[in-house]
Amino acid sequence: MTIMNVKVTFWRVLFVVIMIVGLYSTYVRYLHGLGAVSNMNDQFPWGLWIGFDCLCGIMLAAGGFCITGAVYIFHVERLHCIVRPTILTAFLGYLLFIVGLLFDLGRPWFIWHQMIYINLHSVMFEVGTCVMVYTTVLLLEFVPNVLERFNLVGPIRWVKKIYPVLVCLGILLSTLHQSSLGSLFLIFPEKMHAFWYTPALPFFFFLSAIACGLAMTIFESTLSSRVFGRGLERSVITELGGALYVVLWVIALLRVQDYMHRKVYMDIFKPSYESYFLWAELTLAFVIPLFMLSFKKVRTNSNLLYIASLSTLLGFVTNRLNVAMTSMETWVGHHYLPSFTEVSITLMICAMGFFLFNMAVRFLPIFEDEHAAAHVEPAIQIGEVPQHSLVN
Amino acid sequence: MSKGILYDATLCIGCKQCESACAQQNELPYDEKVAAESVQTDHKFTTVLTKDDKFMRRLCQHCEHPACASACPVGAFHKTADGPVVYDVWKCIGCRYCMMACAFSQPKYEWGKLNPRVRKCIMCPDRVSAGKATACAEACPTGATKFGDHDALIAEAKDRIKQNPANYVDHIYGLNEVGGTSVLLLSAIPFEQFGLPKIDRVGDVALPEYTGRVMNLMPDFIPLWGLVLGGVYWVTNRRKEVEEVEAEEKAMRGGK
Ligand code: SF4
Ligand code: SF4
Repeated sequence: MTIMNVKVTFWRVLFVVIMIVGLYSTYVRYLHGLGAVSNMNDQFPWGLWIGFDCLCGIMLAAGGFCITGAVYIFHVERLHCIVRPTILTAFLGYLLFIVGLLFDLGRPWFIWHQMIYINLHSVMFEVGTCVMVYTTVLLLEFVPNVLERFNLVGPIRWVKKIYPVLVCLGILLSTLHQSSLGSLFLIFPEKMHAFWYTPALPFFFFLSAIACGLAMTIFESTLSSRVFGRGLERSVITELGGALYVVLWVIALLRVQDYMHRKVYMDIFKPSYESYFLWAELTLAFVIPLFMLSFKKVRTNSNLLYIASLSTLLGFVTNRLNVAMTSMETWVGHHYLPSFTEVSITLMICAMGFFLFNMAVRFLPIFEDEHAAAHVEPAIQIGEVPQHSLVN
Repeated sequence: MSKGILYDATLCIGCKQCESACAQQNELPYDEKVAAESVQTDHKFTTVLTKDDKFMRRLCQHCEHPACASACPVGAFHKTADGPVVYDVWKCIGCRYCMMACAFSQPKYEWGKLNPRVRKCIMCPDRVSAGKATACAEACPTGATKFGDHDALIAEAKDRIKQNPANYVDHIYGLNEVGGTSVLLLSAIPFEQFGLPKIDRVGDVALPEYTGRVMNLMPDFIPLWGLVLGGVYWVTNRRKEVEEVEAEEKAMRGGK
């Protein structure tokens, strides 16, 4: 118990340190401007905050639409028990994305201009609008947790009625903005290295979001089962592992086909600054997880599955950072490395994510397993048979 | 009639009068220190580069299909009928997508400011709409920077190369690059030696087309994908309902 206590204290100390450093950087950011806080400059107008906080943040929050889609649209009922934590992750992911944006935008106080000065040609406009609407959708998907906590039966019934619509809308919006994050880069073909610039970029961004949505769900279920000491739904994550295996193969084959089609496959094996990064990306995102997941033993072992999903996540994070930064370094002629303060703000945002997840799990019925929920619901009279399965 | 600028490096003497006039026109500081700076920044919209005895002027190309304008989520950039690509600071949210999108890296940012603006050459829109030449063209003592009707300038540039093929690289930079630009450049030595993007690298396709291809799919894609999702939901839901009813009936029959 004492060991447990010490452990908890360590994480708390770390959290406090990260927050203090992050708040200092926040102070610098809003008092002295972007130049003082970051290593971004006219040659590298986009840095870590766009590359990681935005591109990766949105990708890692993709579990929300994958799992709700599987459960409510395709009626894969077995996945019910992980819907709530995935929606929570997605909701927090998008909220923190917006927080990240408030740091990155030069004039964050005009962020609402997005809603009144509309440029339909702009991919950025599309991404912004979809993210805005989807965050609202996620809020509505998440809100039953809060309502349930306070036994507000009326509104729950209302939300449940529109739940299928919300889920459909969520998938539609996610398809659009997950892929459009890739389209953002289509407008500068001249700047990017051939390894990463492909007309199929939106397609790959969408597929990698699905892979990461699955990997993130495995990662987070395993992690929270350890932290919160709750039983792990083995069969569920095994199934997700299988799905991840298939999705990774699809992406890998399409990547190969894309490289063949654009005739850059020979360069991949030539050592160069870019190819080192590409190798790192491909190893983490494909070689390791595909090798591991091909064994049934791995797919049924939660520890190994955890490692495989972690590798996938790191791989696709590397991929997005490569797209956003590495691919442009040769064009620009020098390297970009985020500054200490830039990193500290990113760390602060991540720490906030863990903190909020923890709080939500403590105070809201996130991990109510299906049986418990099935019993609870009639007790608070949400009644009606087809509905009871909706918001578990 | 759309206007343009023709800069002929072979006529340039590197006096930097255009830089100074530009600074004055845009109320930017200009002294010897600024004059010595060879990179464009938030306080230097145009710069005259020197390589041995050759010169090259860099400024916003004022593209016919500006990537910056297409990229901006709030439409802070637009190309006027006269030719200049101008910037409405009051719309800008500071996402810096314009800076990423521009193939010529022209938009620069006020990194040190708290309410930063994007800054670049805007081709003196007030002067141009009043029928005057840009400040830089007016200041140029040799006619290296020439302001005029876009079409006439193209014809003139072609003619100059034809008259003196030995003096020029056989290329009008900006005639076809990224779908054509209002600013045309002529030079005696390859343009990339001055940091301009390689001709084959930028290509002749208007950059907004690359994103446009995807964005144009949206009006078809959204209803279609929505319909598919709704359809799948309807089918699976129906199947579930039928199963439930069947199970119930079975149970009832079993009860009898
Ligand atoms: S050169 Fe760059 S900033 Fe100037 S109009 Fe073209 S895209 Fe816009
Ligand atoms: S920085 Fe301003 S002008 Fe540039 S794309 Fe963003 S909103 Fe538009």
